Amino acid sequence: MQAIAPDFASAHLAEAPPAREPLWRIAARTTFPFVVVGALWELVAHLKVFPPRLFPPLEAVAATFGRLTASGVLPQHAAGTLLRLVVGFALAAVLGVAIGIAMGRSRRAEDLLLPLVSMGAPIPGIAYAPLFLLWFGLGSASAVLLVAFVSAFPVVFNTWTGVKAVKEVWVRAAQAMGADDRRLFHKVILPGALPYILTGLRLGLAQAWRILVGVEMLAAVPWGLGWMIFGAREFLNTDVMLAGVVVIGAIGLALEKLVFQRLEQYTVVRWGMMT
Amino acid sequence: MSATAERTRSMRRAAMSLLLAAAIYEALARSGLFPAALLPTLPAVGRALAEGVLDGSLPGHAASTLYRVLFGMSLAVVVGLPLGIMMGRFRPVEGFFLPLASALMPIPSLAWVPVFILWFGLGNATAIGIVFYAALFPMLLNAWTGVRAVNPLWLRAAGAMGADERALFWKVIVPGAFPFLVTGLRQAFLRAWIAVVGAEMLAASDWGLGWVIFDAKEFLRADVMLASLAVIGLIGFLFERVVFGALERATVQRWGMVRAGKG
Repeated sequence: MQAIAPDFASAHLAEAPPAREPLWRIAARTTFPFVVVGALWELVAHLKVFPPRLFPPLEAVAATFGRLTASGVLPQHAAGTLLRLVVGFALAAVLGVAIGIAMGRSRRAEDLLLPLVSMGAPIPGIAYAPLFLLWFGLGSASAVLLVAFVSAFPVVFNTWTGVKAVKEVWVRAAQAMGADDRRLFHKVILPGALPYILTGLRLGLAQAWRILVGVEMLAAVPWGLGWMIFGAREFLNTDVMLAGVVVIGAIGLALEKLVFQRLEQYTVVRWGMMT
Repeated sequence: MSATAERTRSMRRAAMSLLLAAAIYEALARSGLFPAALLPTLPAVGRALAEGVLDGSLPGHAASTLYRVLFGMSLAVVVGLPLGIMMGRFRPVEGFFLPLASALMPIPSLAWVPVFILWFGLGNATAIGIVFYAALFPMLLNAWTGVRAVNPLWLRAAGAMGADERALFWKVIVPGAFPFLVTGLRQAFLRAWIAVVGAEMLAASDWGLGWVIFDAKEFLRADVMLASLAVIGLIGFLFERVVFGALERATVQRWGMVRAGKG
């Protein structure tokens, strides 16, 4: 299952050298590879090995980035993409957790839903895109629904696993101490399953992000980074594409670092359920 | 409950649930609430599937998709595996490539499709490039993590027993990192499988399961779409269960490194 995937991000964090080393040296060490790659890129671009339209020098990409940001085009595309991501993922999170908990708690729901979920899971989400376009038309609705559909799978699976993994002893202990169903759920099952649920949400968000850009290209949404870079192809605007790809990478990084690592710090790590 | 009884029970409930879902779908499709072109009945989907298989077009599309996936993945393994192992063994290599990998990883592979189309043109090269990009990072990072996760005690024990660098590598590090390498391969395939379908849709090239689905949209052939989706799902499932399952049983489970889990 995907849930057992090793956690690279935090493994990396844990490895970060203790504060002995001065900050500027760490910064220098991290930027060094980028300087090397950037220099190579510049060299290839300025020697005109490839046509400059297809392989623009970095300063051209930076200039395009600045121009598009100043004119507000790039922020608007980014906002469209983020909005779709948030709405789609929120749908997936709410429905996915609800379905997962139902499957974990009720035998009947598990019997009914598990075969369906495990049948849908091996089909890559993007393969449904044309079907969704056919059903819901071109545009944002298809993109949002597809993102929600695709990212719901890991959420459902992990929530279900998490609820099942709550230790029987805890449940019985809580019951022996007189917890009713509601308190059992809030105080034992939910916190117990939370590490798994968070893993599921994280995987779901990663999945959503990976699919969304592709879906935007297919669905011809009015504003969106995917559509922006795909549209730039018509005019051979490689600089626009690369500027868009940089923004996409930055958003992806921010999602991982700011959203999920934070969330984990505040909940499961603080409760001492995960280190 | 014995294992076999549990098994028949789960088979029965799976069959029940799928039958129920199929019946609901069929009722919806036949109710006339939706146009038949958009929501074809199951027999129509079955017919489309049979036609595609019999006239040889679906196997042909599947073959070209598989070719792209396997080609791209092999490239990713050839590059990612040695690089990841080197990153795990040597600090300077790690210091150089880790920041680059961390910066490239959050960019979804499909974001590169338009760039690759301009660079490599429509067709195989673009699809293979996207698959390579998608599969590279899971491979690289798992190899890196796997090497670093090898118990240092084993390394010292082997060193104390006189193992040279080569023996250390082949007898301790590679087997020790193997569960991670298998995980990496698995994740790489999952990513590659998504990437290839997306790349085929966007960089249309006449052949490939992704292209069939996308092309079917033009002709409102939802039955062809669903049939191709079934094929895509089947291939993905077979890879996950048969290929990777067998790989795991033949290596890490036999060596007793991970507990044999259920299914």
